[in-house]
Amino acid sequence: MYIHDEFDSTLLKERVDEFRDQVRRRLSGELTEDEFKSLRLMNGVYLQLHAYMLRIAIPYGTLSSTQMRMLAHVARKYDRGYGHFTTRQNIQFNWIKLSDLPDATADLASVGVHGIQTSGNCIRNVTTDQWAGVAPGEVDDPRIWAELLRQYSTLHPEFSFLPRKFKIAVTASDHDRAAVKIHDIGLRLHRNGAGEMGFEVLVGGGLGRTPFIGKTIKPFVARRDILTYIEAILRVYNQYGRRDNIYKARIKILVHELGIDKFAREVEDEWLSIKDGALALDEAVIADIRSRFKYPAYEKLTDNPDELKQALADPTFKAWYRNSVSHHRVPGYGIVTLSLKPVGGPPGDATAEQMDAIADLADRYAFGEIRVGHEQNLCFPSVAKRDLPALWRGLDAIGVATPNVNLVSDIIACPGLDYCSLANARAIPVAQEITRRFADHDTANLIGRLHINISGCINACGHHHVGHIGILGVEKNGEEFYQVTIGGRADEGAVVGTLIGPAVPYAQVANVVEDIVEAYLDLRLRPDELFIDTVKRLGVEPFKERAYATG
Amino acid sequence: MTSPLQQKLKITGPSIVTANRTGDGAVIYRTSSNGWSTELSDAAVVRTADDAKALWAEAMADDLGAIGSYIAPVEVGSDGSIEPGNIREAIRLRGTTFALPASA
Amino acid sequence: MPLVKGGQIVADRYVRILDDAPIPANGAMLVPAERFLADASELIARQAETGVIWPNNRDIDELGPYLDRLALVALVFPKFQDGRAYSQARILRERLGYRGELRATGQVLRDQFVFMLRAGFDTFEVKKEADAKVFGEVAQRYSVFYQPTGDGRSPAFRQRLQGFATRAPALRGAGR
Ligand code: SF4
Repeated sequence: MYIHDEFDSTLLKERVDEFRDQVRRRLSGELTEDEFKSLRLMNGVYLQLHAYMLRIAIPYGTLSSTQMRMLAHVARKYDRGYGHFTTRQNIQFNWIKLSDLPDATADLASVGVHGIQTSGNCIRNVTTDQWAGVAPGEVDDPRIWAELLRQYSTLHPEFSFLPRKFKIAVTASDHDRAAVKIHDIGLRLHRNGAGEMGFEVLVGGGLGRTPFIGKTIKPFVARRDILTYIEAILRVYNQYGRRDNIYKARIKILVHELGIDKFAREVEDEWLSIKDGALALDEAVIADIRSRFKYPAYEKLTDNPDELKQALADPTFKAWYRNSVSHHRVPGYGIVTLSLKPVGGPPGDATAEQMDAIADLADRYAFGEIRVGHEQNLCFPSVAKRDLPALWRGLDAIGVATPNVNLVSDIIACPGLDYCSLANARAIPVAQEITRRFADHDTANLIGRLHINISGCINACGHHHVGHIGILGVEKNGEEFYQVTIGGRADEGAVVGTLIGPAVPYAQVANVVEDIVEAYLDLRLRPDELFIDTVKRLGVEPFKERAYATG
Repeated sequence: MTSPLQQKLKITGPSIVTANRTGDGAVIYRTSSNGWSTELSDAAVVRTADDAKALWAEAMADDLGAIGSYIAPVEVGSDGSIEPGNIREAIRLRGTTFALPASA
Repeated sequence: MPLVKGGQIVADRYVRILDDAPIPANGAMLVPAERFLADASELIARQAETGVIWPNNRDIDELGPYLDRLALVALVFPKFQDGRAYSQARILRERLGYRGELRATGQVLRDQFVFMLRAGFDTFEVKKEADAKVFGEVAQRYSVFYQPTGDGRSPAFRQRLQGFATRAPALRGAGR
């Protein structure tokens, strides 16, 4: 947990006061909507189909139980009793009134939570691995670096009006759970040949209309230099990024148009002139940020306690344990994923009651700490294995113990046309229908790891390009249609999926997915050949034949 | 930049003007008496591009009361009842196409 | 459009010269970049103060050779959302060492004052009278800053090492 101090809380309070004044000016007519819009966006306030939406950042996906209870309170008091966890370690409230927003943001600020820079053309919430600090084999806790970046980027006087939004992600594991290759800047913490810790810096990744996988701009940037190097990238982008066309304004287009080598030279020139300035980090600063992350006081525990052994006799518990509990770096502990993907439910939604219950369970069994991952699930990073049976009963009672993590029904879906003013087509009901088709957990287990990602428009908030199966809503003559891609992935081997054929109507999507999955089951060499590997081996043709044969 | 009002406007059938209310974001419809209503049945229906433009211009002038106003298609029944003309507007009128989590 | 300097609304001493208007022999004047570059040697030889309006899509380094003779650089915010001039301002102040007047022009609203002060601007052509009047108050709105800029304020990550009590004074140029 990062412990907020007086600096952090003072800044949030000052920000709430400013926002209160801005809302007042808007409601009194002093500000036109045109003027107000970029101000509200910088505080995470969108206008959606039905109402305003408030997007709250969960920096590097870490929440305390106290913060979770405050989210429940806001959901209950100012919204309709639930919230939606997004693919960017954010939570969204869908029904909030502009006139209530200053009070809601003040309540959130009282526990260090805010919507600053969750929208607008600025540096957005810095994201990382939801298992940061507990995953085995990490080089360092990436949250320390995400926190330094969070502070650096918050209300940045130079980079709050960039050509377009700017997303940074950090990973410190060989297995990339933070999808750093699809971010404007991706940082991979590692050790170089000399054993020194530093960052591989990737730039220009991103989805949307023109998807690009990020390219390495510098293989090794020392820790002292990471903020100055990022400042150099941002300064080049702020001056030369395109502002004439919203679809060409992301840094990926600048990198593409200049070429990575020329872009890297521009950045290098800029960096050399600032690298020894006030932004260079020294060990004392790094150590101070590090000291404010508190880790649980782990006990010395057996890795296979009696409570666990006994509980594994229950097949329901066993199915959940195998699916949802992962290795922790400390023996005797596990990482527990809470599935927000119940069969037939909207992906990523949690009710206020669930949030409160999750906060209580976190206090009881997980050192009061909760994580949010980009797959729209939650996670308890540290649970003693002897407590797993009791925790499971608690999670099951509130419906967040579906044993489908990473399986076909663990679908990522954006809000789509049910909420989003930019959408072409619905995403949530498509996901709901697919989960009903694969409701049987034995079948889902047999299929194995398979990520389905759905976006309601080309903005790709549902990361459809990098889904093993990606589904993109498009509009044809006023009807909802869907393009289906296969073979995408978001991890360290990130690649954009391939379109399998013409778009299909709403009613056909779940059938097509079923056909693709059946084809895979027929075609795979062995039960442990994953869907994504079969697609890589065979290409899209055999899947395409099956999907369009029945249609 | 040309204002949307100066651009050529085509409508394909009966249309209304809709927006969201500034204070709470609620979906509202422009009425024939220079106001707004949350009921689609109160909406002023226009059938020509010129009328649509005029209604829209009037709506856009109310920057304090409403945001993001635009022209949307509707279907008018033989009894004069007004129905949304596309799925987006149907969702704005009736809410999400699935039950909200809290009420489930 | 009111001009704010040192937190106060002041009269603008500079006369704006259009592209092809004759150059007056004396009096402070402000000329567009093209005009300035075309007649630079003649202009900076004048006895009176010369300022230049520099567009946000032109490399600010081009001004380097003239900076010690320029009394004013006016940078432009054509739209509230167009933030290129923030980078130009920091480069002028922090890399090129410009110490003259640095003026924000265009869509300048109260909600940018803090950013602009931190980037190095010290005068402001404010779009709305009401915003100009509250400049001093708005400029003091924040007491915590997370990143270092040329304004010399110590960012939170350094101040933490010294304890909360030693927080820096309010922004310079804020008029208090
Ligand atoms: S992908 Fe499109 S429809 Fe989905 S949330 Fe993003 S903008 Fe909205």
